Amino acid sequence: MKAKVHVTLKPGVLDPQGKAIAHALEALGFDGVADVRQGKYIEIDLKDGSGDGGAGAAEARVSEMCEKLLANTVIENYRVEIDS
Amino acid sequence: MKSAIVVFPGTNRERDMAEALELASGRPPAMVWHRDTGLPEADLIVVPGGFSYGDYLRAGAMAAHSPVLRSVAAAARRGVAVLGVCNGFQILVEAGLLPGALLRNASLKFVCRDIGVRVANGRTAFAGGCDAGRVLRMPVAHHDGNYFADAETLDRLEGEDRIAFRYAPLAGEGPDRFNPNGSVRDIAGIYNEGGNVLGMMPHPENAVRPDQGSTDGLGLFAGLAAALG
Repeated sequence: MKAKVHVTLKPGVLDPQGKAIAHALEALGFDGVADVRQGKYIEIDLKDGSGDGGAGAAEARVSEMCEKLLANTVIENYRVEIDS
Repeated sequence: MKSAIVVFPGTNRERDMAEALELASGRPPAMVWHRDTGLPEADLIVVPGGFSYGDYLRAGAMAAHSPVLRSVAAAARRGVAVLGVCNGFQILVEAGLLPGALLRNASLKFVCRDIGVRVANGRTAFAGGCDAGRVLRMPVAHHDGNYFADAETLDRLEGEDRIAFRYAPLAGEGPDRFNPNGSVRDIAGIYNEGGNVLGMMPHPENAVRPDQGSTDGLGLFAGLAAALG
């Protein structure tokens, strides 16, 4: 089973890297870019058997990983997808 | 004052900090490796600057979950003075010992230069006897020092007099340059609720000898050593 975790900055948190990327896109001639927000994507291979209880239990476990380490919930949101 | 410095893989300011603490207190600090589970008895525990664990995931995130940090947190709960400088500040916020977060500098650039640091609360041991309003000179050296917290948290910090230091212009410095990283409300350092945990981005340990251009940092450590005995 594989978990896919998206970590993104919360709305309202300044993202200077996203702004720099937006400017670079503009400089390359890509018009129509209103805003860019940069985040992280993390893939976790879950050990066979660790998903006892199915995708729901795995999602709860990975969400706990996000709360404790993968995301800083002061500034970041996270979203978990489970591929069984 | 008995002090201890916590050292992680990637920490690089521990020797500067040790020199400053010995200059101020006359006693060399105990160096504690991150795998040590116990801390020596100390009046002050310092989490110094550097790039613990290569800043992987987020600056300070890995070190914040190491066993030795649990001992630091337990000591902080008992009222022991804890100082986090630069990466140490990042580690303390990631560990939840201080509120908020430290984002990438607004300029996106690593900033390394002397800055002005205004004492915002002069009534703690960490202020070293400096009155509020006094501007000290010391360097910053970081890529992720842009302090952020939501408005409610910031108002609470200000209401409880928990802003330790704010960036301020040095003599001759313009109003658009003194905040080196975009920190909200020019915050350079904050206290926990008990006032015994301080996190700050500037490096007082690198302002302790005349050849470093400032000895204002030594004043802070000397005052702290006098207060902690």
